[in-house]
Amino acid sequence: MSQSTEVEPSTTAAPRRTATPVTATRRRPARRAGTPYAFLAPALILFTAFLAAPIFYAGYLSLRKVQVSGLGLGSKARTEVWAGLENYARSLSDPDFLPSVGRVGAYGLIVVPTMLGLALLMALLLDANRTREAVSKFARISIFLPYAVPAVVASLLWGFLYLPRVSPITDVVEAVGFTAPNLLSSDLTLWAVANIAVWGGTGFNMIVIYTALRAVPTSLYESARIDGASEIAIAWRIKIPIVMPSLVMTFVFSLIATLQVFAEPMTLRPLANTISTTWTPLMKVYRDAFTRNDIYAAAATSVIIALATFILSFGFLKLVGRRAFNQED
Amino acid sequence: MKTKFAPLMAALTAAALFTGTACSSSSDSSKGATDPAEKVELTYWSWTPNMDKVVAAWNSKNPNIQITVNKQDGGDAAVTKLLTAVKAGSGAPDIMQAEYQKIPTLVSSDALADIAAEVGSVKGKFPAGTWNGVTLGSEAVYGVPQDSGPLMFFYRSDVFEQNGLRAPKTWDDYAAAAEKIHQANPKQYLGTFSATDAGLFTGLAQQAGASWWGVKGDAWTVDINDAATQKVAAYWGGLVEKGVVDNKPMYTPEWNAALNDGTQVGWVSAVWAPGVLDGSAKDTLGKWKAAPMPQWDAAAPKTGAWGGSATSVTTQSKHKKQAAQFVAWLNSDAEALRLLATEAFVYPAANDATSALTSPPSFFADQPDYYTIAGEASKTLAPFTYGPNVNVAYSAFNDAFGKAAESKKAAAFTESLATIQKTTVDDLKNAGFTVAG
Repeated sequence: MSQSTEVEPSTTAAPRRTATPVTATRRRPARRAGTPYAFLAPALILFTAFLAAPIFYAGYLSLRKVQVSGLGLGSKARTEVWAGLENYARSLSDPDFLPSVGRVGAYGLIVVPTMLGLALLMALLLDANRTREAVSKFARISIFLPYAVPAVVASLLWGFLYLPRVSPITDVVEAVGFTAPNLLSSDLTLWAVANIAVWGGTGFNMIVIYTALRAVPTSLYESARIDGASEIAIAWRIKIPIVMPSLVMTFVFSLIATLQVFAEPMTLRPLANTISTTWTPLMKVYRDAFTRNDIYAAAATSVIIALATFILSFGFLKLVGRRAFNQED
Repeated sequence: MKTKFAPLMAALTAAALFTGTACSSSSDSSKGATDPAEKVELTYWSWTPNMDKVVAAWNSKNPNIQITVNKQDGGDAAVTKLLTAVKAGSGAPDIMQAEYQKIPTLVSSDALADIAAEVGSVKGKFPAGTWNGVTLGSEAVYGVPQDSGPLMFFYRSDVFEQNGLRAPKTWDDYAAAAEKIHQANPKQYLGTFSATDAGLFTGLAQQAGASWWGVKGDAWTVDINDAATQKVAAYWGGLVEKGVVDNKPMYTPEWNAALNDGTQVGWVSAVWAPGVLDGSAKDTLGKWKAAPMPQWDAAAPKTGAWGGSATSVTTQSKHKKQAAQFVAWLNSDAEALRLLATEAFVYPAANDATSALTSPPSFFADQPDYYTIAGEASKTLAPFTYGPNVNVAYSAFNDAFGKAAESKKAAAFTESLATIQKTTVDDLKNAGFTVAG
């Protein structure tokens, strides 16, 4: 619409206006045409080499399989052939696949609301306490710190705390006179893994939300106070709606992290009987690729996970997008 | 604002995708026919500590065949690296340490060369059961056995004395001892059933007479759910159900603590166990004793194996003949065996090993006959054939027995075997192998 309004007046002045530019472009076409591509080249090459090519290669592998002749011993006994959608069918019908998806769903239901709820609560508390900068800074850093701990290290650390015999928690609980539950038993494993994710992720999300809160001018709160709003009402009616875009973004990040949960259960697996090699979909990919030496099935499952991530993330953004971003559009 | 997410989404899609390593297969195995006087330099992948000291002895005597040891992280990591190099067509070493259970996988990926012509003559220096592991029952020889891990039984002699027990001769004795010890002190267990150690369970099945894979003409056979393995699974399931042995995995911080504080008072393990006990049960030094394995039939003693590896020549080596010469020397020469035992702390697979091992390991200093027991045990190794998808069976074992151990039901233990059998057969068929039966 805006284009047509601009074009119309130019047609009247066409003869005089176009004369010079045309000759100008004719004089040095080759050099100019290449310039943007030269600037784009590094990004394009990196994108192709490290993103597009692997994606296409994974897609290609997902349609292949290996054929073995005889006992499969010795050279030339294995040949790669087209498999069509066979790998996808095998992936989806694998008896371990659906349970792992269900497990990740349950894990997400625990992790995402808990983590974002805690992050929002902490961000609001820190923001309410704007006058005491030193206290707030210390609290911010200590809440953020677990995020700086790599997931594998965090899982090992929590693993020690979960194992009854080496856990100081068990000692304390039993000293008080209760029997400590085995956190790695089949009922509690999911919660034990979720706890590590919440511990590690809350700080990051808190910082994102807190930063959004700090951008809000204080005059808004002052006028609300003059109108007689309590701190809780300010938080509920002003702060939360204003940081909604940040909440949406952290939700999408968390959703994706949930779908890709891998390091925590993988690290805890040797410590307990309750975490199988296909506990999450990504662990199944790992098992297929590196334990079963079946990169074709692994590629097919990866493509399925990627598509699911894509659909869920975009679907969610589409669903909340209009409402969440109304103020900014 | 919405458009901000587009690149993000693109990046995330990529992150979710598994990126396989580029590979193209071009494995033209070059013949190792070179001038014997020519000087060659060979690389050797091994994860055995101090292997370079053993190799130094060879290098000083063979100026024309110089070996460089390339230290590896461990069996699994080295195999993954080797398979990648084979797929890529270059990058593999000349010589490779290969665990027995990985050999069929490596051979079926065309990673190991047949060196029957060069090393066939040393066959007589090894126990038949061990040699079978490098031939896969065929005419070919895919390596020379280096070390073996005959199963033995380790127990806390002080706890056994307190309870008036003697080292169990049969599995019935073991069950009775486990019950007595646990009743006397409910915190103590004579052992644990570890669902994360498929290798140990395989050894126990081997002892009972199982051989999970086999070759029948041009087809593989899979026999994981056989009577012998059923017997072993039912036995351990029964002990776990009764609660007289623990159901937690081995090699966890908790298990280490249990060995050290005297709640785990026995361990069915292999000849290399002193090294592990030395690391995790330091406080119990001098209280442990080694004994031969409890038997199913005391009249016909048998044992299984847990661990052990061979030294193989890879298909990518350009000097296979020289590499094979070194491999044969390393694992059968008297001086090499002595160095392997004293410097690299391995238990050599060769029959002559006992002559190289004169003093017991330091953790069992009070037991001068330690290596005599080990030597007797390795003579009774039951034959066992590994197949081309041991990894698949082992990971199926982890999952199925993990659930069974958690449930503490003997029936779940025996049912698990059917699951493992099915998974293993399905995988072979899916990979295009012919499976008989």
